[in-house]
Amino acid sequence: MRPLDTIVIAWRGATANKLRSALTILGVLIGVSAVIILLAVGNGSSLAVQARIRNLGTNTITVLSRGRFGRGPATTGTQSQSASLTLQSVQALSDPNQAPDVASVSPVVSTSQTVAIGAASTETSVVGTTPAYLTAEDYALAAGSPITTQDVTNRRRVALIGQTVLSNLFASGQNPLGQTILIGSASFQIVGVLAQKGASGITNQDDVVIAPYTAVQDELTGESSTFSQLLVQAKSTAALDNAAAEVEDILAAENHTTVANLPFAIINQGTLISTAQSTSSTFTTLLGAVAAISLLVGGIGVMNIMLVTVTERTREIGIRKAVGAPKPAILAQFLFEAVLLSLIGGGAGVLVGYIGTHFKIQGVTPVIAGYSIPLAFGIAIAVGVFFGLYPANRAASLRPIDALRYE
Amino acid sequence: MAAPRDGRPVIALRRVVKTYAVGTVEVHALRGVSLTVERGDFVAIMGASGSGKSTLMNIIGCLDVPTRGQFFLDGIDVRTLDEAQLSRIRNRKIGFVFQSFNLIPRTTALANVELPLLYAGVGARERRARAEAALTVVGIADRSSHFPNELSGGQQQRVAVARAIVMNPALVLADEPTGNLDTVTSHEIMGAFGRLNAGGRTIVLITHEEEIAAFAKRVVRLRDGLVVEDRRRVPLDALPPQLEPRPAVAVGDGAS
Repeated sequence: MRPLDTIVIAWRGATANKLRSALTILGVLIGVSAVIILLAVGNGSSLAVQARIRNLGTNTITVLSRGRFGRGPATTGTQSQSASLTLQSVQALSDPNQAPDVASVSPVVSTSQTVAIGAASTETSVVGTTPAYLTAEDYALAAGSPITTQDVTNRRRVALIGQTVLSNLFASGQNPLGQTILIGSASFQIVGVLAQKGASGITNQDDVVIAPYTAVQDELTGESSTFSQLLVQAKSTAALDNAAAEVEDILAAENHTTVANLPFAIINQGTLISTAQSTSSTFTTLLGAVAAISLLVGGIGVMNIMLVTVTERTREIGIRKAVGAPKPAILAQFLFEAVLLSLIGGGAGVLVGYIGTHFKIQGVTPVIAGYSIPLAFGIAIAVGVFFGLYPANRAASLRPIDALRYE
Repeated sequence: MAAPRDGRPVIALRRVVKTYAVGTVEVHALRGVSLTVERGDFVAIMGASGSGKSTLMNIIGCLDVPTRGQFFLDGIDVRTLDEAQLSRIRNRKIGFVFQSFNLIPRTTALANVELPLLYAGVGARERRARAEAALTVVGIADRSSHFPNELSGGQQQRVAVARAIVMNPALVLADEPTGNLDTVTSHEIMGAFGRLNAGGRTIVLITHEEEIAAFAKRVVRLRDGLVVEDRRRVPLDALPPQLEPRPAVAVGDGAS
């Protein structure tokens, strides 16, 4: 008996009852495509969450003074707080001896203001900061030039506007560079336009005006000594945790307290990402488990059909044995038939899964996990072998004399 | 026309006993059968139902093994063989013809005839050539691409005979081959067996019809698991009876 002949016989057996084989294949197909699609959904949502967190900046640590969570106007009193973020903190954190893993520190004062030019006006958030903020937050310029250290030192009233502010204030085609806008009651000159960045969670990062913190403090918040937030950028992703520890130690020393009692909220982007990753990996595992169950059900379908086939073809098995088919040949025939069904089901399932991942599912763009296709296909074949073995062995073990007598 | 003689009988049964347990009852299907069939013989084994002829046929066909006694097929002691070797014996030494034809459904006549060659590991081209030759011998080559359900009973049985001889076996074993056929077709099939025998093949035929047994050279009767009659109708090296132009009153001739 040659292998090719066995495959041909198995193929004939599988195609003898087309509807039944098709339904069996469908079971495997659904299982395999479910594995691929659900893992892709899990993977896609995990990547989306990570992208949103990355959008917050590159390797950043945010230090928030407590009670200033969110973007509340800096005008509300913080004087009751025992500790605040000051220029001294910025200088201490920028010291390469004390904080070797910190690349830059940007003080941030933020306030919500009405921005107007002529008749057009819009409510937006104004961020007063230093040039390093742009790098840390991954802001790029679409036009013009960034704010400079001189701008900060000289308290110049210059501003960068985001894409949303641009479209709210200017007609398309109008050049905003060099124009003077009114922020609150102060006039600022637009020196640059920020490139599109997209939303981070509920925050629209394009609805923003960035200006030197000195000018913002002078004209808008009135505070000259404290900041609502410090944006610390670590030297690398690997240095993120060390940098966060250094920030905590320095701030604790400065405020004569312990790290545990620090009056600031320190948000480490790396921690956020790893938390999000572990959440989404749990989610993906759950989805994968559901899909694996449907693949298992498909496998049981294969076994069920093969058992029916063996019973139905008992006489055929008897004839084959009478004309000299040895046990392994019968075993191979029915095993191949089961594997053939799961192979076709697996192949079609990969195809359907691949097509299925091109559609948005519940707002998530699925991203095929590279491992899921060989995994699902491999499991489908393993299922065919596993669930085909018992019926095939049953067929092969039939005594020819009993099989021939079977009606 | 004479069969090749090397002195070794095709079948040698020595006091073969076969008992079955049906529930708690022991059924003695064969109670000590001794039988020798020489090469080129055409033997009809007769008996009423329950006489043990089917059991004997299963043992001769290596589908079953005796409880006691010895069975040599073409000189080989079958009891010493394992399952794989028995498969090989069935494949190489024996050609089966059954009452209910036993062709594999949804498989062409040609593919059915190729089946034993397939399990013998013969290549596709040679398989086809040999199967076509076998179909030509039984005069049904023109139906080779038909499925069993497209063939009449007689045609199906011819295909089965072709399948039985395609491996050139030492023995063709036919179990009531005409049981499902009408008289005219039965005679055609028996004529085919007669010609095969004339060509040197050893044939053992199981039947309960005198009319069919009349085609054989030798008739063995079983009753209650024992051989009660063993009669040679024509010499071993003669042509089988009724192969010559059939006498008008052949039916029942010599059977009394």
